[in-house]
Amino acid sequence: MANSCAVIGVGQTQYKTKRLDVSMAGLLREAARRALDDAGLTWRDIDAIVVGKAPDLFEGVVMPEVFLADALGAAGKPLIRVHTAGSVGGSTAIVAANLVRSGVHDRVLTLAWEKQSESNATWALTVNSPFTTSLVVGAGGYFAPHIRAYIRKSGAPEHIGHLVAVKDRENALRNPYAHLRIPGISREMVESTPMLWEPIRYLDTCPSSDGACAMVLASEDAAKKAPGKPAWVQATAMRSEPMGFVRRDNVSPQAGKDCAADVYRQAGIADPRRELDCAEVYVPFSWYEPMWLENLGFCGDGEGWKLTEAGATAFDGDIPWNPSGGVLSSNPIGASGMIRFAEAAMQVSDRAGEHQVDGARRALGHAYGGGAQFYAMWVVGSEKP
Amino acid sequence: MPSDVNHVVEFPGGYTRSVGPVIGRFLSELRDGRMVGVRTSGGRVLVPPTEYDPDTGDDVTGEFVEVGPVGTVTTWSWVAHPAKEHPFDRPFAWVLVRPDGADTALVHALDAGVFDAGAEAPKFLKTGMRVRPKWRAERTGTIGDIECFLPEVTMINPQAKLEFRLSGGRALHRYLEGIAQGRILGSRCPVCEAVIVPMKETCPRDGVPTTEEVELPDVGTLTTYAVNNIPDPRAPEVPFVSGYVLLDGAGVPLLTLIAGVPADQVRMGMRVKAAWKPREEWSPSVGNIKWFEPVDEPDVPFDEIKDYL
Repeated sequence: MANSCAVIGVGQTQYKTKRLDVSMAGLLREAARRALDDAGLTWRDIDAIVVGKAPDLFEGVVMPEVFLADALGAAGKPLIRVHTAGSVGGSTAIVAANLVRSGVHDRVLTLAWEKQSESNATWALTVNSPFTTSLVVGAGGYFAPHIRAYIRKSGAPEHIGHLVAVKDRENALRNPYAHLRIPGISREMVESTPMLWEPIRYLDTCPSSDGACAMVLASEDAAKKAPGKPAWVQATAMRSEPMGFVRRDNVSPQAGKDCAADVYRQAGIADPRRELDCAEVYVPFSWYEPMWLENLGFCGDGEGWKLTEAGATAFDGDIPWNPSGGVLSSNPIGASGMIRFAEAAMQVSDRAGEHQVDGARRALGHAYGGGAQFYAMWVVGSEKP
Repeated sequence: MPSDVNHVVEFPGGYTRSVGPVIGRFLSELRDGRMVGVRTSGGRVLVPPTEYDPDTGDDVTGEFVEVGPVGTVTTWSWVAHPAKEHPFDRPFAWVLVRPDGADTALVHALDAGVFDAGAEAPKFLKTGMRVRPKWRAERTGTIGDIECFLPEVTMINPQAKLEFRLSGGRALHRYLEGIAQGRILGSRCPVCEAVIVPMKETCPRDGVPTTEEVELPDVGTLTTYAVNNIPDPRAPEVPFVSGYVLLDGAGVPLLTLIAGVPADQVRMGMRVKAAWKPREEWSPSVGNIKWFEPVDEPDVPFDEIKDYL
């Protein structure tokens, strides 16, 4: 049986298009300091550092963990980098949690970030090779055909994506760190924005953000000394699958289903919709909410859009999804997964401020990445497992 | 334009001025490469310092405070056509700079870079921009010890370039050999019996070596697609369609460009065929196929493609 592990500190930066006021190191330290302050600790109290980053070409810095080691307070300490594309923030938190759960370390600082303004992610996703057709369509162009397939398979009406786009941005108005803050956001506003990759309109997409997120993870003994309420890690799971294989289900990838089943089994959850109080789920394009509702077992196949339409995932719904505003409101790619994990922890430790879901005791953090290939999930709770 | 000078008055040797302890301190510090202000009894820091508080007329406190050297531009004026008396012979800006720690600003010249005469003010020049003095090497204790102000360094632009030799391994090499001859090659998995294209040595689903090379026709069915409206110099003109084509007999759809049909007439299940570049342009590259375009055949029912989405 693994040791207990708790989130005892969370730190986030302001997310915005360009953080020209800080270097990459400054950005990380801003999040790390806030997490340390929240945990009532200093750099000296940390035993190990685990960082996560999306592909190096995204911001053009190869192996940033090397030049950032001292900025992260890692001199003389173990420093590990994790890399699983867009899901990396989640995988990073899991690697960090496992260093605590295995009894190796008492206090681990984990961080993930992206300074998207320093380069161009679409360029980085489109490096020509003679082996594959390169179409310069970006992430939206990659996911649009799979969204089309979902709509065709499920018979969802065209406005479902817009409902998610509005809901998450309304939630973002409660989150002081959110990048996109659009007072008066409405379905009409979303529908009036340009069609980028049919059926994805401009406001159905996530922004491109600079930002960092950090957490301090602690053993049971260390958590007892923390000033705030701990969020206990109740279950973690990761899965991956290749990008293309015979009869791959791009709409609801098997790796996502397996990862969800594993994390629920560990947490003793039979019905996620009833037994979780809220979820922070990686939804970079609005249509991925109904798709992931199905993939994550919150409902049956083809039923996800009905939950969205009925308002089940709204802030005051029976299972609020992305009360922070989600990836649709802030997307520093490498950090986006960790933000989901951190926000889930904030909910169950009463740290979420104005976007606190009343009485949240158990929450899901979810991240996915690559061509929907890499999955990382955790369940956190106010009770020790 | 002023008329040509025809009369000059000049006092031999120049006038002398005693600068007193306040201005004198400011100039002495300038000569040492520092900027100081003086504090008023109300707590304000005046730069350049004066001997009295201009608001009240009271004496200043005599407390000198090092300020800057970085400062903030509080306002500016662009000089597109410098006169010969000006500190630059190319466009520059007059700026009011409030050094960090000061409550007042001083006027000086800002070197904004090299611009042709008459150029418009650069976009980065704005109130609030951060600047720092450029000191002369030889200083004498005058405001001219600051040659000008320069924008703070806020951004650098390191260039990066990676060079490498691509090797796709045996199966992809064989696939490109085929493409160079106008053939599309796949490999069959002995377990699921499906044909994987581009060919692979191992089935990603079953994890076993593939056993049989299979040539596929260049005709197939469009399973799903995106209409792309974001222009990019490296991409086709918008709107363009990217889609997945399941070649007849294949088990995996290929990502490709769909053309030869208006974007709004593209359909799931549409039958398509490869449009090859002229044979003399072929190389071992997937680029030999320009795109897939519709053929005059009935669409394939959704049920037959739904497991390949």
